Amino acid sequence: MSAAGALPGGPAGGELRRWQRFTPLERVARTGFYLFALLAVLWALRTIEIIPEFLYDAPHQTVDLFARMWPIDWSWYPKVVHAALMETLHIATLGTILAVALAAPVALLVATNITHSVILNTFGKFILVATRSVHSIMWALFFVAVFGPGALAGMLAIAVHSIGFTGKFLSEAIEEARPGPIEALKAVGAPPLAILIKGYWPQVKPAFLALAIFRWDINIRESAVLGLVGGGGLGMALDTALSNLYWDQAGLVLFVIFVVVIATEIVTTTIRSRIL
Amino acid sequence: MSAAPARRVAFPPNWPARIGALVLLAYVAYASTILDITWARFLIGLEHGQRFISRMFPPDFAPDKIELLYNGMLESLQIAILATVFGTLISLPLGIAAARNLSPLPVAWIARLVIVIARTFHPVIIAILFVKAVGFGTLAGVLALTVASIGFVSKLVADAVEETSMKQIEAVRSTGAPFLGIIVMGLIPQVLPRFIGFTAYELDSNLRNSALVGIVGGGGIGATLFTAFQRFDYDFVLTIVLTIIVLVMIGEIISGAMRRLFQ
Repeated sequence: MSAAGALPGGPAGGELRRWQRFTPLERVARTGFYLFALLAVLWALRTIEIIPEFLYDAPHQTVDLFARMWPIDWSWYPKVVHAALMETLHIATLGTILAVALAAPVALLVATNITHSVILNTFGKFILVATRSVHSIMWALFFVAVFGPGALAGMLAIAVHSIGFTGKFLSEAIEEARPGPIEALKAVGAPPLAILIKGYWPQVKPAFLALAIFRWDINIRESAVLGLVGGGGLGMALDTALSNLYWDQAGLVLFVIFVVVIATEIVTTTIRSRIL
Repeated sequence: MSAAPARRVAFPPNWPARIGALVLLAYVAYASTILDITWARFLIGLEHGQRFISRMFPPDFAPDKIELLYNGMLESLQIAILATVFGTLISLPLGIAAARNLSPLPVAWIARLVIVIARTFHPVIIAILFVKAVGFGTLAGVLALTVASIGFVSKLVADAVEETSMKQIEAVRSTGAPFLGIIVMGLIPQVLPRFIGFTAYELDSNLRNSALVGIVGGGGIGATLFTAFQRFDYDFVLTIVLTIIVLVMIGEIISGAMRRLFQ
């Protein structure tokens, strides 16, 4: 594939014709990139600060960690963890619903076949990139400072962070809609809202549902850790257990998170294979 | 419908969808009460938010803060680079081991189990465990993000390997090449462009996540950010967040260029 092969019987003089996949510029760019990557890794390796005593101690500490977690404190589940688990599920679900509700108008703003204004498109894109670049935990830090610790802050963090992802793919789905039904609706004099609901929505619906379900899956994972900064749910239980140094309770929370994440993944893949 | 009605309705009401929407609405109302989300709380929060945002402006660019920012960013960059390198280097063999068309089934299932475990936990949770195991600092961050990268990249590698054409692999095998020869000459050229694409994506996502692991003690800009939050230095918080956004965008541009170069 990429190797420079030689064929016999080129131009006169028995000179071989060389076949090359890449132009010289591409090869220079690639070699330069490899060099740059190598330098970056070397720089990171040489300058990173690692405390040798900690490294020396690591195997002992790791064994200690698992020894403290075992046996898992199952009796803590009905007391605290069950309520926290329910809260996490509600945070993720409500957050996803709010996210798609917030992302839909932004996606309409970004889709070039709906909004014929470069300024508005760029503004929408800025919203998408800005919400996506700040991680949900950072949004949670912000919303905890604003609304106080609790599920409200966690839910808003999930919702706002999801806008970028959902809006991006939703706007792409809108842009891919076929113009035929839309022109038919325009021809009979349908108002813009009717065009949106009866022309675009049926075409976008499968992508929209798949997107919402995919994001819900991601959000369950994320909402499980928001509690570490005060966003409610399982993370809060984990934080309590960790600050009390009850590792057997922390082990229980980790186990619950593991089970929930696997279960959600199975559920979402089943739903997706049904509706798609 | 076989028996055509006398008059066709252009847009017949879709009852399942309407009922679904009602159920969704009922759930939102129910869950909001459970979580104690009320309009009054929201309004009080908006007031707080106004004060909060006014304290963020103008962002703090004092020289000592800039130095903190610079050091934190460098550390985050180191964490992201090293985690990407280690993570993807481990992911390649692990992903090949998990591909059901090349490895024996028991090996594939064990490799898949490892991948699932690495992928299930959020990087922050893995970071908590590593902070306990190897202490506070960048090493915990690097290890946590390495594990997270393994979970993500090896699954993609496994899928890519399962999609490769067996013809080239059989051609190499027919020359009597050993297993390693088959992998290097038959398989790697087929998956390399996609692998580099995954690496680019992972560098991007590790850069984002390296800002997180610091919150639980994993070093990097996240530690600086969390400290600033706890000291109510909200103007410095804004500086850090803006810098992170810019850095993530630069990372996105670089990884996009990297993918175009190798596709």
